[in-house]
Formats: sequence, C-alpha cells, structure tokens
Amino acid sequence: MTEQLASAALVAIYSAMAVYSIALVFFAIDIAKRSSLKASPVQSELLGQADGFRGSIAVAKRAAPVAQAKASRFERTGFALTILAWLLHLAGAVLRGLANGYVPWSNMFEFSLVVSLALTTVFLGIQFWQKLGYLGVYATGASLIVLGVGTVNFYVDVTPLAVPLQSVWIIIHVGVAILATAFFAIGAGLSILQLLKARYEANPDASRLGFLRTIPSSVSLESLAYRMVVVGFVLWTFTLIAGAIWAERAWGRFWGWDTKEVWTFIIWVIYAGYIHARATRGWRGAPSAWLSIVGIAAVVFNYTIVNLFFKGLHAYSGL
Amino acid sequence: MSRPSDHYDSAPPSITQPELGVIGYVRFFWRQLTSMRTALLLLLLLALAAIPGSLVPQRSSDPNGVVQYFDANPALAPLLDSLQLFDVYASVWFSAIYLLLFISLIGCVIPRTTHHLRALRSRPPRTPARLERLEGFTVREPDTSALGAAAGSDTAASAIDSARDLLASRHYRVELYEVGGAHSVSAERGYLRETGNLVFHTALLGVLVSIGLGGSFAYNGQKVMIEGAPFVHVLGSYDSFNPGRFFDESHLEPFVMTLERFEVDYEEFNLNAYGVPTDFRAAVTARDQEGNESGAVIRVNHPFEFGGTRVYLLGNGYAPTITVRDGEGNIAFNRAVPFLPQDSNLTSLGIIKAPDALPEQLGMIGFFYPTAGVLASGAYTSIHADLLDPLLTLRVYTGDLGLDDGIPISVYTLDTDELTEVVGGDSGVETIELRPGETAQLPNGLGSVTFETMTPGAGANNWAGSVKRFASFDLHHNPAELGALVFAVLALLGLLCSLFVPRRRVWVKAKASPGGGIRLEYAGLARGEDPGLVEAVADIADTHGGKVEE
Repeated sequence: MTEQLASAALVAIYSAMAVYSIALVFFAIDIAKRSSLKASPVQSELLGQADGFRGSIAVAKRAAPVAQAKASRFERTGFALTILAWLLHLAGAVLRGLANGYVPWSNMFEFSLVVSLALTTVFLGIQFWQKLGYLGVYATGASLIVLGVGTVNFYVDVTPLAVPLQSVWIIIHVGVAILATAFFAIGAGLSILQLLKARYEANPDASRLGFLRTIPSSVSLESLAYRMVVVGFVLWTFTLIAGAIWAERAWGRFWGWDTKEVWTFIIWVIYAGYIHARATRGWRGAPSAWLSIVGIAAVVFNYTIVNLFFKGLHAYSGL
Repeated sequence: MSRPSDHYDSAPPSITQPELGVIGYVRFFWRQLTSMRTALLLLLLLALAAIPGSLVPQRSSDPNGVVQYFDANPALAPLLDSLQLFDVYASVWFSAIYLLLFISLIGCVIPRTTHHLRALRSRPPRTPARLERLEGFTVREPDTSALGAAAGSDTAASAIDSARDLLASRHYRVELYEVGGAHSVSAERGYLRETGNLVFHTALLGVLVSIGLGGSFAYNGQKVMIEGAPFVHVLGSYDSFNPGRFFDESHLEPFVMTLERFEVDYEEFNLNAYGVPTDFRAAVTARDQEGNESGAVIRVNHPFEFGGTRVYLLGNGYAPTITVRDGEGNIAFNRAVPFLPQDSNLTSLGIIKAPDALPEQLGMIGFFYPTAGVLASGAYTSIHADLLDPLLTLRVYTGDLGLDDGIPISVYTLDTDELTEVVGGDSGVETIELRPGETAQLPNGLGSVTFETMTPGAGANNWAGSVKRFASFDLHHNPAELGALVFAVLALLGLLCSLFVPRRRVWVKAKASPGGGIRLEYAGLARGEDPGLVEAVADIADTHGGKVEE
C-alpha cells in the first residue's frame, strides 16, 4: 500500500510540475503583452500621486483595481492553471503523507514538496485581497524550481519516521518554518519588483521592461513586500521558539549553536534588520529591499548548503 | 515620539550644529549608539559574525570536530584559535557586537518607555487647522434639512458628539476641541502598538539575561549506564561533566539511578528501511536519599526528571560481559564492557584491560558484531543492529598496560606500541572468535577468556537478550529555561502587537456651511506602518455621515 501511495504521489507531483510550467508560460506571455500596453491616464495620475506619498499604502489600495481591471486572458488562464497545479500539488503532498503515515516534511524532498506548496498557497491566497498577477511568473517559477529540484535531486523512498523526529513538535516547528519561508519568498519577489520599479520610476524612458509601467508604484510594492515579510518574521520567531522548546525536549538544551540553529538565528537577524531598515531614514526603499532579498538567499542557503554540507544535529536530509 | 532621531517618523535633523563640549560629545556618541542606523548596522554585523561559527566546528557544540580540525589543519587551526573561531559565540568580538546592540537597545527603549507612559496619560492632540493635508481626507455634506432650520452651530456640535461616540466605540481615545467656531473631535488608538514594541525589546533583554544568569548555575554531564548497574549521582561518577560558572558540587542532589532494561524496535516490513530502529526505550528506576522511588521509560524526546535534573537518552550500544582467567587460574577481569558503536548496525569496538593478570598483564582489543556478516574482503561486519547472530572477536596483547604510572588513560583506548601481540594480527595465532557462552584458551598458558551469556539455557540460535545493552545519558540542570521561555513568549506577543496593531489618529471636524447645512471633514494620520488607514477613515466617514443624516 505504501508503495502505491508513494508512486501515486509522484504522479501527482510530476503532473503539478507540468501544469506549473504551462501556467508560467501564460503568466510570461501576459507580462510580455503588458509591455505593449499604453499606460492609461488613470495610472499616470496614480503614479504621480505615489511619488509624493510618504510610504502610505493608500496608493496600492487604489491602484489595485487598475491592475485587476487589466487582467488579461493570459493572466486569467495563468491563474486557472496555477489553481489546477496547486490541486495536483496538494494531492501529491497528501498522498505522500498517507504513504508515510506521518507529516510529509521529514526529509529534504518532502520539505521541498511542502514549501513549494505553501508558496503557491500563499500566492493564491493573497489574490483574494490583492491582485498580484504580475507576480505569477515569479511565484509559479519559484514553486516549479523548488519542487523540481527537490523531486529530482533529493527524492528518497518512504521510510519510518526517524526516532528523533517522533514528536508533535515536527508538526509545529517545521510546519511553521515552511509557512514562514513561503511568506519570505513572496516578500522577496515583491522586493525584486520594487527594485525594478524604482529604477523604472527614476528614469521611465530608459527602461526596456515595459510591463513595469503596469504594476503598482515602488512604494506600494514595498508596502506589500513589507507586510509579507512581517508575517513571515512573526512565524519565523515562533519557529525559533518552538525549535528551542523541542531542542530542550530532545537534546536537553534549548540553544546550542548547532549549525541549523546558527542559520535560523542569522535569518531572524537579517529580517529584524529589514524591519528596522524600513523604519530608518535613508534605508527605506531600495536598501531595505536588498535586505529582503539577502534574507531569502540566506533561507535558501540554510536549506541547501547547510543541510547538505554542514555538520550538525539537524541531519535529516534523508540523503 | 522620542524615537531615535533618524527614525523615519521623527522630525528631519536640524542643520545647525551647536558647538560640542565634552558633554556634547558624550551626548553625540550616545545619540549615535542609540540611533536606528547604528542598531541596524549592529544587527547586520551580528548576522555576519554568526556565520563563521557554522563554518568551523565549535567547542561548545562539536568538541570532537575541533580536535579533528586541529589534526587536519595543524598550521591553520592555531591561527583560527587565536581569533577565537572555535568559540565564536563566546568570543570577545561576538560578545562585543551583541552587548553594544543591547546597550543601543536599552538606550532606545528607556526614553521611549517614559515617553509612552506620558502619552498613555495624555489627551489626543489638538485638531490640525488643515485636515486636507492629511491622509484619507474626506468631506461629507450630509442632508440635514430633515432636522429643520435649527442647523448651524448646534448641528455641528451634535454631529461631533456622535462622531466622538462612534470613535470611542471603536476603541479610540477621544477629545473634543472647538477652535474658531469649528467643532472637532481628535481621536487616537493603537497605543498597544508601542506597548508591544517596548515589551518585545525588553523581553529580548530578558531572554539574554535569563540565559546568562541561568547558564551560570547550570550543569550537564554524560554517563554510560549498563543494564543492571546502578549509577550514583555524584560528581565523581559522571563520565564527563560541564559545570556553569557558579556551579557548586553541593548543587547535585544525590540519588541512585539504574538502567533496568534497554529495548529497541526495528523496522521489519518496509524493505527500504529494513532493520532501521523505530523506537528506543530505556526503563530506569531512581531512588533519592529519602527513599522516594520513581521509575520511568526514557525515550528520545521524552526525558525523565528526577532530583532537579533531567535525564535524556543519548545513545546506546552493547556491553559484552567478559571474564578473563589468567595463567594461574585466577579471575583477572569480570565485567560488562561498553563497546563503542562504529556504524549504524552497531559494529562495536571495545577494550579490555586486565592489569592484575599473572604472569603478565593482558590487554585486548575486541570487535563485537550483533549480527555478524562477512564482507567480500573476508572481514566481518555487522549487518543488523539486533542480536541475531552475535560474534565477538579479540586480539590479545601482553606487556605493561601503563596503568601503574598514575597517568589517567581512557578506558576506551589501548596503546599497543609497547605491547606484544599474542593473538590475532601478525602474531601467527588466529584472532579469537566467541559466541555468547563460549570460552577460548589463550596461547602460551596465559589463561582463558569467556564471553558470558546473559541467557544460559536459551535454545540454539536464540540470542535475544544474551548480551547486555548500555545506554548513554545526558543529565541536565538549567534554571534558565523557565525564564527564557516566559520572555520568549512575551517577545512574541509584543512582536504581534507592535506589527499588527495600527496606531493612528483620526480627526472629524464640523463646520456650519454658508448654505445652512454642515460640512464634515475627516482625516487620519498613521503613526508607524498603517496600511489600513485610508480605508478606516473612509469607513468612519461613511458610518458617521449616515448617522448624522438620521
């Protein structure tokens, strides 16, 4: 039974990857088409207003309907396909969990599987609140890469849950870390767009990325990114505390500067820096956006390099 | 707001620089240290400074790794050591960064706290003259004709009264103002945002102090316990012990703990993981000085608390019981010896030292295979961690074991340089191979060695329980835990408030308009991140405008 469930999970996962790829293409076409659009007068006015504003989200609130109204056939198709891919992806994770008989995030493959699922879930979830079609390429692309690399390079067969992991804390500590990562990833995507948009705003004529005209102002993007990162930061703080409690249960000390603990701490400090930067004169805007990108880079480093090459107690990659 | 001067919400710096005296310089440096920019810089430095500790093994978390590093890099290691790179998190430079950060934090938190306490007691500020410059500015001219001709100032005042009630019901702190004939209400909410912020930062300080103070009184030690052998909880019986700075031996509560049984479950069905352990259970009993007894099954993730210490299951292995009779027929050695596991199937290495053997001291290097298998090279290896086909092999040495010199020597090593090999290796005598219950004679009348079985009389090929197990335990005591946890939870709660409670001011102003009706103005001001401000002002305008018309 385990074997069948595990292979069914793989079928769902590969199907999800295929559908993500197609969704990615549609989002990309949408972005390309946006480049040929003329900015509407409404937008120009909003942009002008945005420049004068001091960090208010008011602009995003009002600019959002514009982006919404512009949702092209390609963007809508992209979303429909992303939802389909998400369903397949979810089925893959659930099947893997059933095959395991425990949560599907006990090794690197499973972590990739669920972190990419969380990323898509957050991306789709925030559409109910803000239309972020312009982020579709990034979100589906990131999910596809994480899921693909995880499945192709880190796949391991179903095994019994390692004894040290037999604890309710694996659900709490790792589950919340996964969610935090998803929010950080979406935040980083918005920060990247923010940097591009800020460069565009500085000199609109020099930019060859025409679609930048159609997305919200850099100030609005910064505010959106900030809100994603802030949610991620709270979750990350929780992960850190939960991890310390678990470490106390499992290893007898709540903090011991294990390599994974070190990197969890580094990431926490980087994002704390990001939040401070946003409140520091001279650091709002581009400098803080770079910190958000450094933050997600540290998360990726922690997950790949630290897991695979650093010696430590968190040796659960399964590889 | 009494925030650092470079907080983006503070007023821009003035250009004129007063002349600086000594006090002026002190103030200047204090200002610099407590500025947002410095805090940010220190945060980023802290992140950078933490990195080397993950690249180089640390004495605190991986002492063996440090030893290996010194062996592998004899030239580089002392240099790194002089830079404290093997003790990064206790190093001068790492400590300097976080101490500066915390001083900066204190310097920021104290004035903010006093300022916040004042703000908590004060009234919302006077309504600005021109609301149209503020955010979410909205104008409503409600149809008040239904109210009759008695419009004008009275209507304006009653409209402001209803605005005050509305804002108060939404947990705003409200204050009425009347300036130049215009009635207005000034409202502020979200004081919890600043409270949360201050609680968060103070709690971080609390975590640091708890860890520092608690850690000084903490201790932890390791002990290998063999099934059935009692462990007396005093300093001398630990295998290794790490006390905190203020640890005193009198802190140890004496008790006796015995590992009664150690059991392991192995996966039997999943062929991808056949033989992988799925559960470890150490059944222990403990008795303190008053005679209180307690028993528990210690498992990974399930420590056992007794006498102020927590006992954690760390590792396990086999402890074959071996009897050595010397050439004169006397028992020179009779003990269960913990064999150190070399791989996941518990191929284990053990040392036997019989210094009392006559005519010559005997030393042995043994390998134990719980389930013996033969490699292509002809060497043995264990192919399963359970006792399915146990085998002990021994090489025997004679000579001075070096135990009489008074120099402490690890029981887990045998220096064979000065010894004569008499069994195994190049000695010309085949390595001794024993099953539980078997005895082998040593050559040259040196005596015999017996691998005792714990289950005499068990059927052939039923080896279950024939060899004793040992488990290694970590014993911990850390009074910092509760404090650190409380402060960590406070920090999290504070963080939630400081990030998600919007702090905002809202004003509603009513003027009698020349046409006889009234003109209502609404506007808000964000204090800190407040993405919902405009929406909130619009909502108040809608709700209030509708009420006035009623």
